[in-house]
Amino acid sequence: MSVLDRLSELGLGRRLLTEPAQLAAFSSDGLTAFNERPLAVVLADSAEDVAAAVRACYAADVPFVARGSGTSLSGGSVPVAGGVVIALNRMNRVLSIDPDAGIAVVQPGTINLRVSEAAAAHGLQYAPDPSSQSVCSIGGNLAFNSGGAHCLKHGMTSNHVLGMKVVLPDGELVELGADQPNPVGPDWTGLFCGSEGLFGIAVEVTLRLVKIPEAVCTSLAAYPSLAAAGDAVATIVREGLLPVAMEIMDALAMEAAEASVKPGYPECAALLIVEVEGEQDVVDADQVVLDELLAASGATHVRATRDPAERALIWKGRKSAFSAVGWLSPDYIVQDGVVPRTRLGEVLAEIDRMSRETGIRVANVFHAGDGNLHPLILYDGRDAGAAAGAHALAGEILRLCISLGGSITGEHGIGVEKREYLPLMFSEDDLALMHRIRRAIDPKELSNRGKMLEVSE
Amino acid sequence: VITPAGSVKDIQEIVRNAPPGARLLPVAGATKPALSDLGAAGVERIDLSGLSGIVEYDPAELTITALAGTPVSEVQAVLAEHGQYLPCDPPLTDAGATLGGTVATGAAGPSALRYGGVRDFVIGVRFVDGTGRLVAGGGKVVKNAAGFDLPKLLIGSIGRLGVMVSLSFKVFPQPAATTTMEFLTEDLATAVDALIRLRRSPVELDALDITPTGRVLARVGGRAETLDARATRLAGAVGDRTHMRHDGPDERTLWAEASELAWRRDEQAVVRVGLSLAQIPALDQAIHTAAPQATVRYSLGGTAAWIGWPPDAGLDRLDAVLDAERLPGMTLLRGPAHGDQVLLGPHSGGVFATRVKSALDPDGRFLEL
Repeated sequence: MSVLDRLSELGLGRRLLTEPAQLAAFSSDGLTAFNERPLAVVLADSAEDVAAAVRACYAADVPFVARGSGTSLSGGSVPVAGGVVIALNRMNRVLSIDPDAGIAVVQPGTINLRVSEAAAAHGLQYAPDPSSQSVCSIGGNLAFNSGGAHCLKHGMTSNHVLGMKVVLPDGELVELGADQPNPVGPDWTGLFCGSEGLFGIAVEVTLRLVKIPEAVCTSLAAYPSLAAAGDAVATIVREGLLPVAMEIMDALAMEAAEASVKPGYPECAALLIVEVEGEQDVVDADQVVLDELLAASGATHVRATRDPAERALIWKGRKSAFSAVGWLSPDYIVQDGVVPRTRLGEVLAEIDRMSRETGIRVANVFHAGDGNLHPLILYDGRDAGAAAGAHALAGEILRLCISLGGSITGEHGIGVEKREYLPLMFSEDDLALMHRIRRAIDPKELSNRGKMLEVSE
Repeated sequence: VITPAGSVKDIQEIVRNAPPGARLLPVAGATKPALSDLGAAGVERIDLSGLSGIVEYDPAELTITALAGTPVSEVQAVLAEHGQYLPCDPPLTDAGATLGGTVATGAAGPSALRYGGVRDFVIGVRFVDGTGRLVAGGGKVVKNAAGFDLPKLLIGSIGRLGVMVSLSFKVFPQPAATTTMEFLTEDLATAVDALIRLRRSPVELDALDITPTGRVLARVGGRAETLDARATRLAGAVGDRTHMRHDGPDERTLWAEASELAWRRDEQAVVRVGLSLAQIPALDQAIHTAAPQATVRYSLGGTAAWIGWPPDAGLDRLDAVLDAERLPGMTLLRGPAHGDQVLLGPHSGGVFATRVKSALDPDGRFLEL
């Protein structure tokens, strides 16, 4: 029996899509360079729908891909040709919030920002804040261990996922973790987070919430060079301050932001955004120290604000940087490499050199506090060889990150985009173990086949 | 049998030479004998206390890498020289706990409340799996989404999934000063009420415990000049309740008592349980019904319970209590009459756990989960 026959027996009605026009919308994600037409799309309403669809795929040996909002920047939710997409957008409810315990239970299609909106009445919020937080879903955040600007203090998605119910690749439902921040026994939840969909589909997720800080102060400091901005970050770390975010944008990235959302950043070669948050007394004390450090850091302009509207605009400019680059260039590649924080200056100088040497423009936006770079490599796909040149430069940057002891991805995941680079970071034995774990859980390699790991021969 | 292993090669040889079903168990500081000194037959221990030392530490990076047998106290001392610390507050540090044992247990001390537990600070691991291969997961940078998160998998793995060789941690700046407010309560209900009020306060706490004698302890850390105002806010948050403030060595002793499990009475077993705030009253009642002599310390703002189980009561009785309350537990210390049950109550994972175990240890050379 074919997988279509099996799926049509599930009584999904119009929630089973098979028409080419319907399927087209699911053929790619945030990384538009990759696309494939799926055989069918299941719009799941419940964990039972997900399990039934997975069992149908398992029985027919057909690969499947779970999809939330389709915002992956690594091709994480690109369909497999001839495979099934299980869309989770309709499973978008915040099921419960326990304000005293600081816990929310949500469905995987819940939009990231919606969790914080639902928790706000209790003075709580969900900390991980990817730039796409107004559209991306918790299920995708979990699968790719998404980050965000405020991870410097709060940690990544996996630090905020306490437990989940998952449908394994053969359709079996299991519970991992629970609702406490420190698991007792092996951390299955931690292993599942960031596994890029290779272990199955999370159908219910228990999240940790944090208090909405009483006070927040956001500082902008303008510098004549990226190196000077980087030095300021190192000084802040050395002084023992723990900002919730430290971000740097270069002139090209600011130009893009100004062209779209007009955040009114000061004109400079490099802009540092530093945010401290917490109790009023603590923020007051930290800001005094930060003001002194920034004043002595060689900045040409410094300003600090506690005004919510002004802060929102600063962050809007920063978070729109990826999409705003579209104003400067018809095509671009977003990179996500990580280097040890003390090597930032070195790697930025090297990227600048590569950019000048190849004549390919690179805009830099990055989480300076944790060494996570986002070089935006600009090109025009209509020019012969431009795409290949851009991808070659992207590869060089990843190699550079690895040679400095870093990682090829901080928060976007490997997906299909960086799969060929994984062997540069991990040994044959490391990768063999990852394959063994994958095949122990999914012997047929059906779940999100072809992402992160090569498919077995 | 105890075989010392001072190098990766030693560990690999021991694992490779062990027959399938060998029941190998890595040990080091032996500060949690319920995990390291199993009475069960045929257990062969690999002693990693010789595999010790800091491999890499650059204070400007806020990361540290050390061999698995390194005592936590050594790491904390080196970090403290640079005003940094490991915020997950590993228990039994003074007693000689090692990094590997801390990760394998997954237990966090009371001051992990502020920034998170072991899982929030381990960023990389190298370990020998059940086939004798040396494998690595994670890395040395604080943000890393490449490959499966193997460092997290080894947290709480109690030596059943691999032998850790080295570990990398994220570290944070240490609070310059700390102070603790102590609140007296009439009973558990009023203590839990105080706990809820303190959790709701905007003051970010370093630690929040209910001691076995029913006192509520709330610790704040940070710049010394902020502490008076914050302590006053805490008193206000709890309302009209007798309180006192602790500072200096006296304050540090209060928390060392928790992290060193010094509240334990002679020969009690100590079992760590994960729970949520709302489950405290029912658990407490069930424990004291099953064993009136039991003592309980609620820690981490009410998300962990440390149960002191009487020497004459079998752990099977506590297992039954935890099963009924649907709460997972792990034994760290025990007396001679307790039996050697390590995991108590229900544990999550199901077939997912079985399949992961079979991938890491296909021939069953380590103890069964």
